[in-house]
Amino acid sequence: MATTIHPSSKTQSHFLGLHTEQLGGRTQQRFFSAEEVENFVYPWSMPVDFDKQGEIDATGLGTQAINLKLRDMMSQGYGHIVLKNPGAKPGLAVGILNRVNLTIDGSLGYFGCGLIDGPNIRITGRVGWSCAENMMAGTVVIEKNAGSTFGAAIRGGDLVCRGDVGARTGIDMKGGTIIVGGRTGAFSGFMMQRGRMVILGDAGKNLGDSMYDGTIYVGGSIMSLGVDAVPAEMNEHELAWLERKLDLYGLEAPKGVKNLQKIAAGKQLWNYDNLEPAEKKLVL
Amino acid sequence: MCGIAGLIHRGKSGAIGEEMTAMLEALKHRGPDSTGFALYGQPHDGELIMRLKLAEQEETRKGFDIHKKLPERRAEVDRRLREIGATIVSSEPATEYAYRYSLNYQGDNRKLADYVEDVEGVEILSLGSGLELIKDLGIAPQVADQYRLTGFQGTHAIGHTRMATESDVDIRSAHPFWAYPFADVSVVHNGQLTNYWVGRRALERRGHRFMSNCDSELIAVYLADRVTRGATLEDAMRDSVEELDGVFTYVVATSDSLGMAKDVMAAKPMVLYESADLVALASEEVAIRSIFPKEIDTFDPYEGEVRVWKTH
Repeated sequence: MATTIHPSSKTQSHFLGLHTEQLGGRTQQRFFSAEEVENFVYPWSMPVDFDKQGEIDATGLGTQAINLKLRDMMSQGYGHIVLKNPGAKPGLAVGILNRVNLTIDGSLGYFGCGLIDGPNIRITGRVGWSCAENMMAGTVVIEKNAGSTFGAAIRGGDLVCRGDVGARTGIDMKGGTIIVGGRTGAFSGFMMQRGRMVILGDAGKNLGDSMYDGTIYVGGSIMSLGVDAVPAEMNEHELAWLERKLDLYGLEAPKGVKNLQKIAAGKQLWNYDNLEPAEKKLVL
Repeated sequence: MCGIAGLIHRGKSGAIGEEMTAMLEALKHRGPDSTGFALYGQPHDGELIMRLKLAEQEETRKGFDIHKKLPERRAEVDRRLREIGATIVSSEPATEYAYRYSLNYQGDNRKLADYVEDVEGVEILSLGSGLELIKDLGIAPQVADQYRLTGFQGTHAIGHTRMATESDVDIRSAHPFWAYPFADVSVVHNGQLTNYWVGRRALERRGHRFMSNCDSELIAVYLADRVTRGATLEDAMRDSVEELDGVFTYVVATSDSLGMAKDVMAAKPMVLYESADLVALASEEVAIRSIFPKEIDTFDPYEGEVRVWKTH
């Protein structure tokens, strides 16, 4: 059973009169409860044997055929799949809601690894625009460069690009972690709402423009900050987190994590900032 | 959404007809309405290559009198060319409605273009010593077959697959656009220009002509205007990033150069591959992969970026 907010429970935001309108079209009254095991397992999840390895050669296959082959192998319990010759085709490895170790030997086009929840994916080449869009959990590691809108609207998981990425990295990000080994383009962190972004190289103009929340760390230069984004102080917990996270992916801050610049939301958003943390969870 | 592509062989020729066909076929999901090629072969010394159409493809499919009018239009084009002082070395039909002329002509290109285009239904697609601009309805293999492009050898090429949004599905609105009246200059574009009419009126007041209502034509005419007034191509492109409003990535080619420019918002895609002897660029990497099946390193240019490459 999902927990619901009791209508009589009053919080600060209730006293501020922020609950007079009923938002429609969303599950506004439902909390995600960690105790509810079914929330972590999709009904169609497949049993996984990580010792069972298989390979797909994508040469001459279209996007749909490749994705169906992936799904077919996962349904047979393959826990480690190598996809060869992806040919930068768009929409590959999308909608994977299962644990699987997937190695993509080559490059992906648009929307690669989008809408995933749980897989561990490594891509040896480059990825096109909107890689891992709406990712919920898992890891995606790209060995070369990435296009724009990298990690758009991700909710969770780790998304790592060892090379450079394009513009609007982490746009509308709602959780999780994005790590960029090189530089990012303009408007990275645009309308960011939660989560952490670590850019080890330079950041383009208007970094963190219109961000509500979340944190951005930059190792190189920042061309300019967007409206609402301000420099902030790091604490020891963040330093420890950064050390651990970068170490996990074999990356290093150019001048050490202590010298990363921290950027956070600086503008007081009357509606958003007066919400209790639990209510922010509902809104986002 | 449209697809754009370009490639340049540095210091040598290559099978650019076949290569660009493969690249544009890989981008057909970005726009199936029309496909266009600007192919740069070896310059013909003293000869001017003119590509023109006598009518829209649609007219020849649906019209009744058009099949009688086409030979009359062609005869009138020939007559006017001779009258203006051009010698027709050869003229070959590519289709019933599209021709390739080879001319000896030392006069003013603008005068020639204006006089020829005054014939009803006629539009010059390109003029130049090396440029051959071909565009028609359909996807890349259809257009390449129709115009027999697969054997075309040259140094560089640009191409476009169009998803028509703001203007008609016809040859007139298809890309590339020739930068009238400049020989050998062509442009392809992906995006939308939001100050099209302001820019167009300013350029029309300076005497430039527009053949379509397609916003992309503004880029070709803008660059032509800036170059006329003494700017280098690269400077004109840098100015365009500031002065053209909207979201765009475009590719421009001249007789010996290929360039790309991206708007300051970086809102339209472009992927680049650069090596010592070849540069390839496209809206999506899948197009570059169509001519490089092996693993290569590619990257995205950044916001406001302008790059130009030479053939040598």
